[in-house]
This record gives sequence, C-alpha cells and structure tokens, in this order.
Amino acid sequence: MTALLETRGVWQRFGGLVANSDVSILVGRGEIVGLIGPNGAGKSTLFNLIAGVLPPTQGSIWFDGEDVTRMPAAERCQRGVGRTFQVVKSFETMTVIDNVIVGALVRTTVMREARRKAHEVLEFTGLAARADVLASDLVPAEKRRLEVARALATEPKLLLLDEVLTGLTPTEAQTGVALVRKVRDAGITVLMVEHVMEIVMPLVDRAIVLDLGKVLVEGKPADVVRDPKVISAYLGDRHAVSA
Amino acid sequence: MTAQAIIQSLASGLLMGLLYGLIAVGLALIFGLMDVVNFAHGEFLMIAMYATFFLFAFFAIDPLLSAPLVAAALFVFGAVVYLLIVRFAMRAKANAGMVQIFSTFGLAIVMRGLAQFFFTPDYRSIPQSWLGGKTVSVAGIFLPEPQLIGALVSIAAFAGLYFFINRTDFGRALEATREDPGAVALVGIDKNRVFALGWGLGAALVGLAGAIMAVFFYIYPDVGASFALIAYVTVALGGFGSVFGAFAGGIIVGLVEAVTALVLPPSLKSVGIYAVYLLVVFIRPRGLFGSM
Amino acid sequence: MDKSFAVRRRRDLLIAAVLAVLAGLAPLFVKDVYVQNILILTLMYAALSQSWNILSGYCGQISLGHALYFGIGAYTTELLFTKFGVLPWFGMLGGGVLAAIIAMALGYPFFRLRGHYFVIATIVIAEIGLLLFQNWDWAGAALGITIPVRGDSWLKFQFMRSKLPYFYFALALCCLAWFVTWWLEDSKWGFWWRAVKDNPDAAESLGVVVFNSKMGAAAVSAFLVAIGGAFYAQYLAYIDPESVMGFQFSLLMALPAVLGGIGTLWGPVLGAAILIPMTELTRSYIGGSGRGVDLIVYGALIVLISLALPQGLVSLFSRAKAKNHVKGATR
Repeated sequence: MTALLETRGVWQRFGGLVANSDVSILVGRGEIVGLIGPNGAGKSTLFNLIAGVLPPTQGSIWFDGEDVTRMPAAERCQRGVGRTFQVVKSFETMTVIDNVIVGALVRTTVMREARRKAHEVLEFTGLAARADVLASDLVPAEKRRLEVARALATEPKLLLLDEVLTGLTPTEAQTGVALVRKVRDAGITVLMVEHVMEIVMPLVDRAIVLDLGKVLVEGKPADVVRDPKVISAYLGDRHAVSA
Repeated sequence: MTAQAIIQSLASGLLMGLLYGLIAVGLALIFGLMDVVNFAHGEFLMIAMYATFFLFAFFAIDPLLSAPLVAAALFVFGAVVYLLIVRFAMRAKANAGMVQIFSTFGLAIVMRGLAQFFFTPDYRSIPQSWLGGKTVSVAGIFLPEPQLIGALVSIAAFAGLYFFINRTDFGRALEATREDPGAVALVGIDKNRVFALGWGLGAALVGLAGAIMAVFFYIYPDVGASFALIAYVTVALGGFGSVFGAFAGGIIVGLVEAVTALVLPPSLKSVGIYAVYLLVVFIRPRGLFGSM
Repeated sequence: MDKSFAVRRRRDLLIAAVLAVLAGLAPLFVKDVYVQNILILTLMYAALSQSWNILSGYCGQISLGHALYFGIGAYTTELLFTKFGVLPWFGMLGGGVLAAIIAMALGYPFFRLRGHYFVIATIVIAEIGLLLFQNWDWAGAALGITIPVRGDSWLKFQFMRSKLPYFYFALALCCLAWFVTWWLEDSKWGFWWRAVKDNPDAAESLGVVVFNSKMGAAAVSAFLVAIGGAFYAQYLAYIDPESVMGFQFSLLMALPAVLGGIGTLWGPVLGAAILIPMTELTRSYIGGSGRGVDLIVYGALIVLISLALPQGLVSLFSRAKAKNHVKGATR
C-alpha cells in the first residue's frame, strides 16, 4: 500500500535559520498521526509545507501518489488536503453555514448541493444549532470546530489539524477528541500537530516527534512517551518555559 | 538640452523634493503610530497656507516669522481632529478600514466647504514677502529663495524629529505605542494622549510646510488635493509609517518630477511620479523602505 | 433554515420588482425636468455604486479609481461614434469589454498589493488615465468631444425633446446591476469573494483561487461601470476628461455603498437614493446662496454616518430584525 502523504528529505531555511532539516515522514491511509514536539521544533513549518503555504527549500512532498511540492494551497485542497489554522481564521462577517459553504464549493458549483453538504457537515461536527450565527459571535471552542467543519466540507482525504485541542477546557477537549475519532471513522486520514503530549497520545495511532527541525523519534504512542530522547527534549522545553 | 539645464532642473527638483518630504512626513508619522491614513492631510496643508496668508494680510507678519505660529496652531488642530473624529473611527468594529478612510475623507470635504464659505474660492497669494520672488545664483544655477529656505527648514525639521523620537520621553512613548499599544497601557502611558500628541505633531509638520508653500504657491480651497496625492505617493514610496522613508520618498518624487518635466510636456509632469510609484510597489509591494 | 434563506432571496427579488415598477411609474407624476434629472442621476449612481460594490464591497478590494472605467466607457462610445460612426450601443458594449480587459490587465500587478498600497495605486492609475486623455489630441484633449446632434432616435440613443428615454435606460441599468449582484451573491463567486475579503489565507486553504476571484470581481465591476460611463456621455452629449474621468466619480461611486452599507445587496441603492438627491438639492438651493455650504453638509454627513453606522444604513434594518428575533426567542 502506498502512503497517502510522504515528505522526502524536506528542508526549510529562513535566512540563516533552519526550521526543518531533512524531514522524511510517511502517513498511511486511515491513520491518525500525531506530529508533536517542543516549541520551536519546526512542527508548524512542516505543517505549512504540507498544506502548501510555501514550497520547501529542498526536498519533495508527495500526496496520493503525486508530487505536490510546488502546488499552491488551493490546488492541494482540490486534490484532497484539508487544514485548520492554529490561530483560527474564520470568515468573521459570514454566518457559520456560509463559512462551511465556501469549503463545500470546491466539490460542487450547485448552490443547493453545497448548502446540503454544509448542513450535513454541521450536523456531523455538532454545530447545526449555530448555523445562522455570525462566525464572529462564536466562542473560541466553537470557532475551532468551525475550522474543522469548513475543512471537512471540502471532502478531504487528508485532514491537517493544527493544535485544534490546545487551549480548550478538559470537557471541550474530550468533545474534540471524539470528533477526531469520528472523522477517522468516516475514512479520513488525520495528521495532527499538538504541543501537549498528554492530549494526543491516547488518540493517535502513531506519533512523530520533531525536535530542532529533525525527526527525533517515531512510533507507537506508548513507546514514544517512554523514549528517553523525547523525555529530555520535552523536559528541556518545560524547563525553558518555567524559567 | 544643455548640462546646465539638466543640473538646474535637478537642483530645483531636489529642493522641491525636500519640501514634499516635509509635507508628507506628518502623514507617515500618524500612519506609523496607529495605522491610519489621514485623507484630510491635503486640507491640513490648505488651512496652514490660509493661516499664513491671513497673518500676513492682517498683521503683516512675514511667513518666515509666522511659520512657528502656524505650526503651533496646526498642532492644536491636529490633536482636536484626533479627539473629535479619529478616536471614534478607531473604535469601529466592522469595516474598520472603510470607516477610517471615509471619516477623514468627509472631514476633508467639510474643510474645503468651510474654506470656500469663509475665504471664497478666489486664488490668493502673498505678494511681497522677504523671500518671495528672490533667487540665489550658485555657479550659474538659479535657486529660488523660498524653495531653498523651505528645503533647509525641511532638513532641520527632519533632524529635529530624529532627535525628538530618539531622545525625548514623549518620543519614546510614541515609539513604544506604535510597537505595542496594548503594552503601553500597562506601564501607565495614556494611549489616547500619545495618539492626540502624534496627530498634533503630524499636523504641526504639515503646518510648517504650508507656511513656506504659501510664499510661492497660490492659495485656494482645493489646493490641498493636488499635494495630497503626491504626499500619499511619497509616504507609500518610503514605506508606510517610516518617517525617514518619507524624507527619501520626498527627494525621489521631487527629482522624478523634475526629470519628467524635462522630457514630457509640463502638463504631464505628474505622470512620472505616478509611474514611479506603480513601478516601485510592483517590485516591492511594501515600498522602498518598508519592512517586507 | 434552508427555507428561510430561500424565502429571503425571493423576498429581495420581489421587493426589487415592486420598486422597479414604482420607479417606472414615477414619470407619470414627475413632469419637472429638474427633478427628472435628479432621478436619472440617482439611478445612474445607484447602478455605478452597485457595480463598484462587487469589487470593493463583496471582494474587499477598495478601489478609488473606478472613474477610469467610467471614462473608458464614455470615451470608447464617443470616439467610435464621432470618428467611425459606430452606433453608441456597440460602443457601449465595446467600452464595457475594454474596461473589463483593462481591469484584468491591471489586476495582474495590482492584486499583489495590500491595504493602502492598493487604494493609492487605484487612485494613481485613474489620475494617469485622466492626464493622458487631457493630452491626447486625437481624442479632443482637454477640450473633449461634442456629440453631434442627429435628432431623437433610439438607434443613436439620442433624445433632445424628452429625458424619459434616458430615465428608462438608467432604470434598466440600475436593475441590471442589482440583479447581477443578487444573482452572484448566492453563487460560487459571491461566496468566494466574501471569503477573500474576510480572510484570503483561509480562503486559499479551502480551494478558493484568491487571485482569480479578484480578477472576476474586477472584470464584472469594470464592465458595468463602463456601461454607466457610456450612458452618461450620451446623456450629457458632451464629454471632456475631467467631466467623465475626474476623481469625483470614483468618490461618488464609493460613497452610496459606504453610506448604505458596503458589501450588502441593498446598500448602494439605499445610499444613492439618499445621497444623490441630497447632493443635487444642497448644490442648487444652498450652494447658490452660500458657496461651500453644500460641501459642508455633505462632508459632515459622511463623517457622521461612517462613525455612527459603520455598516451603513441597511444595518438599521437588520438591527431592528435582530431585536424582533431576540423578542421572539424569549417569548
């Protein structure tokens, strides 16, 4: 079986700063993969490279058997890459349903069909009751869910989640975890970036730990959390945070 | 076209450019401070020119002497405009950009109307000032004294501004506010006061320019419009908000205008400025000195 | 939910039809030529503002240079007519197409610019156009073009004895611009535009090709504005650069939408219905006795409305509706 997503020796440099060095990862169909690591590990950069915000300095990115290294974000979305943003980017002056319709319009230009799809996604994500509310009037946890709903409306094969569980209350986080499982059960592959390990470890099938721009460890969550390299990377980070 | 003529026109262009810089710097200062473009900036210039004219006509105060008075008056005016209009425009939650543009644009129209009402649409000029009509000749190049003094005032004003921003408490408060308006509130700086003073300072600078312009330009209610667009282009060329970008932008605009006038009919001299603006922003979408 | 949406769309269409019929009947009661002129201008600016609103309101690319397209419509029509004898109807269409092409050609470099850089670039390009026409001898330079009078004829779109044909054309243009907006509002384009306006990065991630969206909006907007310019030229029977390409046209296209409600279906019509009669009336009644008072009233109104109602006059209606909604919910 070919992997759905593959990065081959990806480098990203910003001036003198190396954000990603020689990152090669694989994401198989139907998996939930966690991309974790301490602050400044290069998670967000890698995430943006996969989403198509910018092309890598070196290396290539393959999606669904196709080289997408230089493909712009909009086109990747058409191929089946959906994403959320770490800092939520709702269409603030539009209603919740209209936000989702924008996503649905990638697959159809018939408005009735797009609206039907959007309602379906809102049901799926538990936002149906808020359909006619302006996005700007949503509470933060709902905005996060709207990001997911919008991305799902594009009918992605791969859903990229950028810290969707961070900053939520424990109850909200539980709802979020349940939603991610539901997404996977619907046959969508998930790659999620999270900073806090405790939240994602029970959820993911496989974890990839980045540190200082490189892949540090990768494997089953239970093995990864016990890996001394991971513990020291995170302890160092925690130390820095508390200082 | 002789070398002499080319040098002559470049020299006049340079002088005019320094004045353009002085006209524009207030706009850049305000933009840098709070991300607002004052679309009434040209009208600020217009009232400064009228103030200079009336001080001359009624009290026979020469523009050179009245310039500080005019600048002080404009300082008050700028602060009042901030407190009465812009302060409220900044609070808009929806269509914030639009509200800023059209609230200051509306103000510009009101000011033009007031000028027409009180001063009539007639063209005025200051016939006999100390500098008016006089020229200095350096190595065969004639430099009109008003522009020459204007250029010197501009250089002095930029030097003063540099000192002011870097060496005084208020200057530092100004810098701090532009960097992080939220944080300055925490250290006890009143944001509104800094903004009001910023508007005052920006208006005072264009006031200074207006006093000098009054010596050699006709004064009429719509005079601001023609300079406003040049000022926007100057500020944009320099990179919005960069005070010293405005200085460089002004010089470029002055030189480009002079060169265009050499090769194209005089009625097309502004085309050169506009074309250079488009060219620059197409290559560097944030202006010459703007951060990318 | 779906129903309420469809109901609102149908209600909008119905209101528009009723208003159009009522406006169409207006000449039965309005015989005064002066008032007819105001009605014609109001309809024309409503149409222009509605068109401007597509690019600047829905798609969020604030243009203060649409006078360029207005002037291109006017000049294309009159140059083709006076130099080559092409009927104004073809000139009008040609002007529209030309304006759309120019808008897209300019879009290539312009749409990379953001915020004030974009706004200033639009002002600057319109000024360049104005200066070029003022110096273009073949096109009459600053003196302009006088359209030869050949008598009343729909073929030549020229009427001396009555203003009514112009009135009906302006009405039709206004309806067209409104209908195009209504139609596009609930289409892929309408959604793409609003998404681009609110957050281009997010739009891009959802498969919206931001650049193409802006190009589409610019083309439609410029085409309709140029049709308006062609109409205005025929109506005046005389054009010169300042009177069809001056900055005031850019402003007068933007203001009704801003006052009425930018990026809304009804904003431009509502804004024009208030602003244009007021401008004309203050100009003729106050403007004569005390020069400049019209500008003072006009400018003060712009300041007050933009500060007090940043979402325009239509927000008064939706606010009332929201109140009812809340009442209904608590009951």
